[in-house]
Amino acid sequence: MFVINCPYCGERDQQEFKAGGEAHIERPKQPTELSDDEWAEYLFMRKNIKGVQYERWNHAHGCRKWFNMVRDTSNDEIKAIYKMGEKPPSI
Amino acid sequence: MSESLRVKSSQYIDETTRVSFKFNGTTYYGFKGDTLASALLANNVHLVGRSFKYHRPRGIMTSGSEEPNAIVQINPNTNRTEPNVRATEVEIYEGMEASSQNCWPSVNFDIGGINNFLSPLFPAGFYYKTFMWPASFWEKYEYFIRHSAGLGKSPTSKDPDIYDHRNIHCDVLVVGAGISGILAAKNAAKNNYKTLLLDEKNELGGSTIYENNESNKIDNKISSEWLKKEIEELKNIKNLEIKTRTSVAAYHQYNYLLARENLTDHLEKKDKSNKIRQRLFKIRSKKVILATGALERPMVFNNNDRPGIMLSSAIKKYSDFYGVACGSKIVFFTNNDSAYESALSLNDKGIKVEAVVDIRKQSETNLEKRVIDAGIKIYWEHAVVDTSGYKRLNNVSIMKLSNDGTSVTGNKISISCDCLGVAGGWTPAVHLYTQSGSKLAFDEDKKIFIPNKNNSDQISVGSCCGDFKLDEILKNLNEKLKDFLEITKTDFENITVNNDQEISKRNIWLLPSDKALGKTKPFVDYQNDATAKDIKLALREGFRSIEHVKRYTTTGMGTDQGKLGNMHALGIIADTAGVKMGELGTTTFRPPYTPLTFGTIVGRNVGKFFDIFRRTPMNDWHVEQKAEFENVGQWKRAWYYPINGETMHQAVQRESKAARESSGILDASTLGKIDIQGSDASEFLNRVYTNAWSKLGIGKCRYGLMLNEDGMVYDDGVTTRLGENHYLMTTTTGGAANVLGKLEDYLQTEWPELDVYLTSVTDQFATASLCGPNSKKILKKIIPDLDLSDENFPHMSFKEAKIGSVVCRIMRISFTGEQSFEINVQASYGKDLWEKCIEAGKEFNITPYGTETMHLLRAEKGFIIVGQDTDGTMTPIDLQMDWIVSKKKYDFIGKRSLYRSDTMREDRKQLVGLLTDDPKVVLEEGAQIVSELNKNPVEMLGHVTSSYFSPNLNKSIALAVVRGGKDMMGKKLFIPMEDKTINVTVSNPVFFDETNERLNA
Ligand SMILES: [Zn+2]
Repeated sequence: MFVINCPYCGERDQQEFKAGGEAHIERPKQPTELSDDEWAEYLFMRKNIKGVQYERWNHAHGCRKWFNMVRDTSNDEIKAIYKMGEKPPSI
Repeated sequence: MSESLRVKSSQYIDETTRVSFKFNGTTYYGFKGDTLASALLANNVHLVGRSFKYHRPRGIMTSGSEEPNAIVQINPNTNRTEPNVRATEVEIYEGMEASSQNCWPSVNFDIGGINNFLSPLFPAGFYYKTFMWPASFWEKYEYFIRHSAGLGKSPTSKDPDIYDHRNIHCDVLVVGAGISGILAAKNAAKNNYKTLLLDEKNELGGSTIYENNESNKIDNKISSEWLKKEIEELKNIKNLEIKTRTSVAAYHQYNYLLARENLTDHLEKKDKSNKIRQRLFKIRSKKVILATGALERPMVFNNNDRPGIMLSSAIKKYSDFYGVACGSKIVFFTNNDSAYESALSLNDKGIKVEAVVDIRKQSETNLEKRVIDAGIKIYWEHAVVDTSGYKRLNNVSIMKLSNDGTSVTGNKISISCDCLGVAGGWTPAVHLYTQSGSKLAFDEDKKIFIPNKNNSDQISVGSCCGDFKLDEILKNLNEKLKDFLEITKTDFENITVNNDQEISKRNIWLLPSDKALGKTKPFVDYQNDATAKDIKLALREGFRSIEHVKRYTTTGMGTDQGKLGNMHALGIIADTAGVKMGELGTTTFRPPYTPLTFGTIVGRNVGKFFDIFRRTPMNDWHVEQKAEFENVGQWKRAWYYPINGETMHQAVQRESKAARESSGILDASTLGKIDIQGSDASEFLNRVYTNAWSKLGIGKCRYGLMLNEDGMVYDDGVTTRLGENHYLMTTTTGGAANVLGKLEDYLQTEWPELDVYLTSVTDQFATASLCGPNSKKILKKIIPDLDLSDENFPHMSFKEAKIGSVVCRIMRISFTGEQSFEINVQASYGKDLWEKCIEAGKEFNITPYGTETMHLLRAEKGFIIVGQDTDGTMTPIDLQMDWIVSKKKYDFIGKRSLYRSDTMREDRKQLVGLLTDDPKVVLEEGAQIVSELNKNPVEMLGHVTSSYFSPNLNKSIALAVVRGGKDMMGKKLFIPMEDKTINVTVSNPVFFDETNERLNA
């Protein structure tokens, strides 16, 4: 179980958080303009990397804020945490 | 009751307190401080169990948590009984009873022992190969396997004990209180680290505390004497908490560890009650120091499992710590110096040591000289090739080893003995280390896996990192602690250490015998009866991965988790396959390190705290009226209100009729309620619901359907516009939390530009839903000054009013098809509101109804329940709810998916009504629907989602999802059941008042 440094509350136990899948997949602004394939790409395709992954997390049993996390899925090392809308750090 | 095997008084055993206990029905005596194992050995009881597969007699082998054989059932046939307890760990107390597991009818006469003679029939993978075919026979096999396997019995009555959890946050956690752990904890605490020291034993000091080797000295004191002074000093150190009888079960990432403290297991029965039995520590530590020690390895040779064959270190501990002689004629068999220390220690206490058999070439150290001086014969370059004695060892045969160690030569020498101490070297206890995600490396010289790459802020010290000699342990500990604790010096910086040095090394994973391997029984895993032969067979059959070999042979899969045999298994695989052990890797050590009770895991979360229930403000009234309840999400909802012994069916029929004929009342407080405010609230609703919201007038209500981005129905409910920028959304009872989470997600991550604020107000309001043709009259009685005319207060609108001084929000909305008013008040007035309604409704036969009647009434109207008539694969079009999907809106959640080729298929499953040809037959929910009975295989078209007998229509009605059902109106379909086929006709899903006349009647 991780200790996660919520950008709004500080370090908290992982059980207060909910994982929200891959980060930086923006909802298309004009879905109707997309082909089935393009929409499916947004809707279904997610990376599942062994290594450094950019993820969304939510402090569900805390401040309820969403934020981003860079995590190495091979050893669960948290490389960076940053707020929604902020630029992802390059790692 | 012989106690002649007590060798001398031990300071760790209270010889003034005699303790009587029963083992397999016989009463024995031990002393306070004895483990069950030491007390049995003192009574000359070695035979304690039977092996799992061959039912071979097995004896106590170790003195700790790695014990594979002495697994017992404590206090059988009582409510405190516990299976799979290691006799080497459990402390005896007055009146304790224990019995052997895995033997029937008794340990001395065991029917399963016949497997031993049939053992050629039980090779590796035997269970897999034999019992898997034919599959249908498995149940029969299982019965016999389980009966003869004997894995102990779980208690059948309620656990009388209390268990507890405690969260601990500390700076430094030290696991293991041997000499390394004690010095580490002391230096951490002294340097202002908040420190916690844990040990699984009841005494601090590990194996050093009973060390009496004259040549192991610290500052010219025998190491045990020196350590006792250090332990004494611990008492005066602040910042240091010490917990004994506390075993670390798991070491997770980020230095999160679970440990179990044992508080009453060693106490007499009368002292156990009303105390916490075990406590689970959930520890977050900034730094962790592992000082978990090392486990001695046995050796793999023919018939190495007889009662009386033990670890050399265990024999030493029983003699030095418990004051018990494990035999009267003892032989040691070794590949290293530690057996010599054991031999000398025993000899000093007058226990006869017959010989030391050493596989190494002659080694000339001080230690060996002292053994020779003591008159003990040493056989260099010899190996034990066989042993004899069925229930107790009586003889070992040894032969000279060849130079390459693969065969034996010369004459067989027979040595009579009743105990064999085996010393196969030491394996660092790296189980917790690897659980933490840290990586091991193989030390080719020492033939052990040692800590290499740490996954968190931790170090391993002492013998668990491969330092076995006192001088190297303390020297490395000093350096590591300074670095790890960031201090300039330790308090044992300047000690002088003297100890024996080991020169010669030799290791043979599988020792040869004069017999062919196929004719021998060299056990690798004692508990699972896996032999070296089984491992070689697995390799011949093509298994290569260590994880596969483990599962195929079951090596390392017992309750001891392969603590003794894993290294041999790896060594034998490496030697046979011609690969290096380092390349082979180890199997994964999984938590728990030692088994945990269920009680410890659940702690206080038992009984009514096991799963928390939510109850509405009106709950007490429902209970008083003897309502039956059903669980909806975490809520306890009134299900139906039986009167005069009604069945559920009778109650529901009565409630349903009353609601339509006069008036009914439902507790709707559990519906999710989300308060939505902000200048973009209307735009927000436009985006999350399928229909349009901008034009909804203030004071009006609208039903909304929410989709997932994949176009499937997610939730539904009525939302009311309370003000220009203020809405109250209702959700399904079970979906409330998820809906709020989803809306917050979109607001925070996709549409942060929207000015919208969401607040859950589910718990803040209580809701009574009045329904039926007389509902208006009842409401009028409660709030006389409110104009309830259809003009002023039409269907789908909202009014704020007061009942006395209590403000209430009233929505005229309907889930039943009748005129209905949902009255919301502050939760604390909920019961009061409810009672007022009941009182006012008396003259109209107001009938409280529960969720079952609510479901029936809405089914008559063809209203869906998300999660019952939908299952995450239904679009609004599938539900024939096209009317609620806005064509004009540019976008809403899930819109694009409604135009995918798959969601537009004509032959998707669609919601329809079903009427049975015989109106009395009620369909089963979940029943499959077919159109042709004689087709093979029969084609499933869909299934029944809701089904009731409608008292208002006096016939059976059902909702169903059917492939292409939309175009099947009037078509005959079939529902094949186990004993009959039911004929049905597809119908409109709205069965009652299709034109909604009753809403405004
Ligand atoms: Zn937070």
